[in-house]
Amino acid sequence: MSKKIEAIIREEALDAVKDALHDLGIVGMNVFEIRGHGRQGGLDMSWRGTSYKMDLLLKIQLNIILSDNNVEKTVEAIIKAARTGKEGDGIIFVYPVEDVIRIRTGERGHEALMYKDDIDTKRQKK
Amino acid sequence: MRKRKLGWFVTPAIAMFLMFVVNGIVAAQTQGPTTDDLATSTNIMWTLITGFLVFFMQGGFALVETGFTRSKNVAHTMMMNMMVFCIGALGYWLVGFAFQFGGVNFSFPAIGKIAGISFAPSTLGDMTGHLDKWLIRFGQTGILGGDGFMLTRGVRDMSGILAFFLFQMVFMDTAATIPTGAMAERLKFTGFVLMGFWVSMVVYPLVGGWVWGGGWLANLGRTAGLGNGAVDFAGSGVVHMIGGAVALAGAIVIGPRIGRFNPDGTANAMPGHNIPMGVLGTIILFFGWFGFNPGSSLAFVGPGRNLAANAAVNTLLAGGAGGMAAMLFMWWIGPTKKPDPGLSVNGVLAGLVAITSPCAFVNSTGAVAIGLIAGVIVCLASFLLERLHIDDPVGAVPVHFFNGIWGLISVGIFADGAASSAGWNGVDGPVTGLIFGGTTQIFAQLAEVASIFVVVGGLSFLFFKLLAALKLLRSEPAHELMGLDVPEMGTQGYSTVDVHMHGSALPRQSPRVGSPGR
Repeated sequence: MSKKIEAIIREEALDAVKDALHDLGIVGMNVFEIRGHGRQGGLDMSWRGTSYKMDLLLKIQLNIILSDNNVEKTVEAIIKAARTGKEGDGIIFVYPVEDVIRIRTGERGHEALMYKDDIDTKRQKK
Repeated sequence: MRKRKLGWFVTPAIAMFLMFVVNGIVAAQTQGPTTDDLATSTNIMWTLITGFLVFFMQGGFALVETGFTRSKNVAHTMMMNMMVFCIGALGYWLVGFAFQFGGVNFSFPAIGKIAGISFAPSTLGDMTGHLDKWLIRFGQTGILGGDGFMLTRGVRDMSGILAFFLFQMVFMDTAATIPTGAMAERLKFTGFVLMGFWVSMVVYPLVGGWVWGGGWLANLGRTAGLGNGAVDFAGSGVVHMIGGAVALAGAIVIGPRIGRFNPDGTANAMPGHNIPMGVLGTIILFFGWFGFNPGSSLAFVGPGRNLAANAAVNTLLAGGAGGMAAMLFMWWIGPTKKPDPGLSVNGVLAGLVAITSPCAFVNSTGAVAIGLIAGVIVCLASFLLERLHIDDPVGAVPVHFFNGIWGLISVGIFADGAASSAGWNGVDGPVTGLIFGGTTQIFAQLAEVASIFVVVGGLSFLFFKLLAALKLLRSEPAHELMGLDVPEMGTQGYSTVDVHMHGSALPRQSPRVGSPGR
């Protein structure tokens, strides 16, 4: 079975998270620029002397599809790289994935998720 | 091989060039230009080059106004700033120039001991037989000029008048572009076009002529004993307050943008989409102002030289002081306690607008004081407009209207009576303000303020009311909400999505992904 990790992080944390995941052997990911707010609620700004609240902040969403046994490690790596301890660090969702099909080869499931130097081959090397 | 070929070409070329130079020197020795010729040429060249600098301010206005509005209105705002020049060039050529300057070379007779005068810029050469007719005039009171329509009657050969036209046309355009900022994001394009003709053909030439075309305000020194008459060196009043008064009337009649004010009276910020555009535009305007103010000497030989150099330095200082004052005011006193970029931009422009009228008549201390006060005025005026529920997206009214007034009044306070201004408007003494013992100059300045407020503001209010009644002034609410770019201009300003995403521009059978075409 595969899982989908949907991680919403600070815009400025993207580089650190990307590097951490790369070191771990997570090779594939999709990144979105999104807007939203959670508990943090937004920021106070001003324009020509008038204050306003910007309540939909720019955030980054990473989508990663991986095999079940890699979820915990990946989640830990994201938390470690993205955490500042202040409100607005983000949130991570994990969903089950029904199937994965690689368009080029027709591979399905775990096979379709394999890359050279990915997290599984790295583990085998050790 | 190549070298030798070139040598064959270069040697004779140099020889021929030297022959031309030697011939030229010999000719110059026999029948060279007179000193008067050279002076006139220098003055005309100065006027043309500074006029080109003023033209470039159009780019600054376009960037400031567009940067301070939202991204859904950028094509509309940019187009207004470009087309106002095209509209204004034709309108001013057709009738505007003639209305404003048609009587500038008219010889007013002496009044008792006060000598007669023609207000023509004699630095630009002889204008005998041109620009000497008034359409409306009562004795010494010139109201509406009447010569120079479409630059006919032999003007083609008059370099001085041609340069003068170019210079005055780009000045008029600066005034005409100011209202587009105050009415941005909701002004119907048809209404904008008509406004461009209104300013360039009617209201600017009429009142501008009273000050610069030898009209009754300039003549107040001779006719009423008020200082040197209304003195407005580069146009805090003529250009900026006129533009600002049209902008204020327009902003009042057109009403605020949807969502700008809440039913309980509070205001919502509508942040501009691009601060870098606003700042770069301001720097371009500042640069152009070095043509605007120093160029208004219309001369670089004789007293014009000092007028120009002094104007340049004072322009630099007042712009700097205006920006500093606005930044510090917002940082220390303003509601948000930040060095607000939007109002700092307005502060720089406020200092420049305020010094425009006094720049040649005050010393550098005066210029700094005028700029500092301007920077505070622009902040307070912005808050005042917001309290009055007048929506001015870019701050055109605080910058141009309020500081145009301040600039005019400041002449009557800070003018230091320097020799280079002696004889201004046909009055023997130099331009002197309250601080330096001139007690009447300020009343001439106030007369100009009142004239612009009543005549330009009042007529423009009626003009915009007429446009509103004809449904030509304000865009439909649905268009305003989606942004004026698509419904009014037919295109996006920023095309964030490529055309093929809309599905209409490509044939249905689009090329296969990965095919050789890609």
